[in-house]
Amino acid sequence: MSDAIQVHPEYNYKVVRQFAVMTVVWGIIGMTVGVFIAAQLYWPALNFDTPWLTFSRLRPLHTNAVIFAFGGCALFATSFYVVQRTSQVRLFSDKLAAFTFWGWQAVIVLAAITLPMGITSSKEYAELEWPIDILITLVWLAYIINFFGTMIIRKVSHIYVANWFFGAFMITVAVLHIGNNMAVPISLTKSYSIYAGAVDAMMQWWYGHNAVGFFLTAGFLGMMYYFVPKQAGRPVYSYRLSVVHFWALISLYIWAGPHHLHYTALPDWTQSLGMAMSVILFVPSWGGMINGIMTLSGAWHKLRTDPILRFLVVSLSFYGMSTFEGPMMAIKTVNALSHYTDWTIGHVHSGALGWVAMVSIGSIYHLIPVLFNRERMYSTHLINVHFWLATIGVVFYIVAMWMSGVLQGLMWRAINADGTLTYSFVEALEASKPFYLVRFIGGVLIVIGMLIMAYNCYRTIKGDLEETVDNKALQTA
Amino acid sequence: MDYAVSGSIFTVLVFVCFIGIVMWAYSKKSKKRFDEAQNLIFDDEPQTNKQESKLDE
Repeated sequence: MSDAIQVHPEYNYKVVRQFAVMTVVWGIIGMTVGVFIAAQLYWPALNFDTPWLTFSRLRPLHTNAVIFAFGGCALFATSFYVVQRTSQVRLFSDKLAAFTFWGWQAVIVLAAITLPMGITSSKEYAELEWPIDILITLVWLAYIINFFGTMIIRKVSHIYVANWFFGAFMITVAVLHIGNNMAVPISLTKSYSIYAGAVDAMMQWWYGHNAVGFFLTAGFLGMMYYFVPKQAGRPVYSYRLSVVHFWALISLYIWAGPHHLHYTALPDWTQSLGMAMSVILFVPSWGGMINGIMTLSGAWHKLRTDPILRFLVVSLSFYGMSTFEGPMMAIKTVNALSHYTDWTIGHVHSGALGWVAMVSIGSIYHLIPVLFNRERMYSTHLINVHFWLATIGVVFYIVAMWMSGVLQGLMWRAINADGTLTYSFVEALEASKPFYLVRFIGGVLIVIGMLIMAYNCYRTIKGDLEETVDNKALQTA
Repeated sequence: MDYAVSGSIFTVLVFVCFIGIVMWAYSKKSKKRFDEAQNLIFDDEPQTNKQESKLDE
């Protein structure tokens, strides 16, 4: 690692390298756990009657690993990189950066130990118990101080828009994490939330949806605003639109949480407000998506030769798709059909695998050669193979979940003339079973793609370069 | 002041703020600084990013 000649000796690339490599490692682990629990839904015997391997314990492990380990490492890597490059100054503190890296890895390892043991606060996407929550808070504060400190000592007068998105993501996630995890500990491994009843539910989904809105959207939009123009070799389509995009997005997202609680004990007006705000959210989402995609206008030919750019642009297409789907599903009448079905799972994964994972993967492919001072990735051909595996895998996954979800929704609501239910729950489950196999196959394709990425990154870091791209393409075709 | 009134005032205030942001973003005065900021991502690379130059050939 240290023998590579630094491109920018003044920058701290060490922490970026660490997080970039761990993004790939945690990506493989988190997605493999996902594939395993997808297999359990088709072959239930795969839990081997072991408590640690039950779906209920591994599912939070999967979500934490892909969101906070894979997505988190990608966000740390890219935000530390972008803030240095666009501020033209070294990170504010190398010590805080090292603390952020090792602290975050410790959080992930603790999560991987406690969740299978069944130690959980049972709040979705905030399952970790209070000692880990405190560690997260400390790591996060170090991260915020370092990031904003770097912007304060910047050598240029402007703050590039990507940093605005990264900054908003950091501050909001701090507020959400602390707000939602307020709890009374009764032992080292058990605590009870200070909220109760409908208030607890509202707090949870205020947190939950803004984890989507700020962790999984604003942060990754920061990534998009740097890596899409950079990889395309041209400035973003409209900087003015990006400014409006920023303010509109951050002021609207925070209100959308109640759409997770339609037709529950939550007051009706709150549900309607959440629905209205969710629908409006479509506008800034698409504004940003169009801004990213239009950056390529006049340079579309680059998509033919550059699979990294293809990853980035297809991620934006999935972003557009899922931010259309989301507002639609937030409408109460649509939600009456979709809620609690596999449609929701499909929607989440079109966002998580299509948008978040693909924009991260594209950014990491861009970053690895720069960070390790290589001319390019070891094999462009393998990036292309990864691209198609990822794309086909995501499509398999979401189409299967759409079909299964709509089927479930229709079967659950079907009633006979006398008012009794037409189908039992098990009948709906049986109807969904074939789709679970398709979902599993989609997941396997995605994991194979990630393994190819790991190999490609390993060879790149080692310093290898595939002889000629065309030559290799012919051999493996 | 009951909830409906304060809620309405807040809505109008946010709307005015938003119009203000749009006018600021698209005003002639901001054009120069935004054009500069837009190109920040290319400002710190003399000939470092080979991938870039290869793509641009």
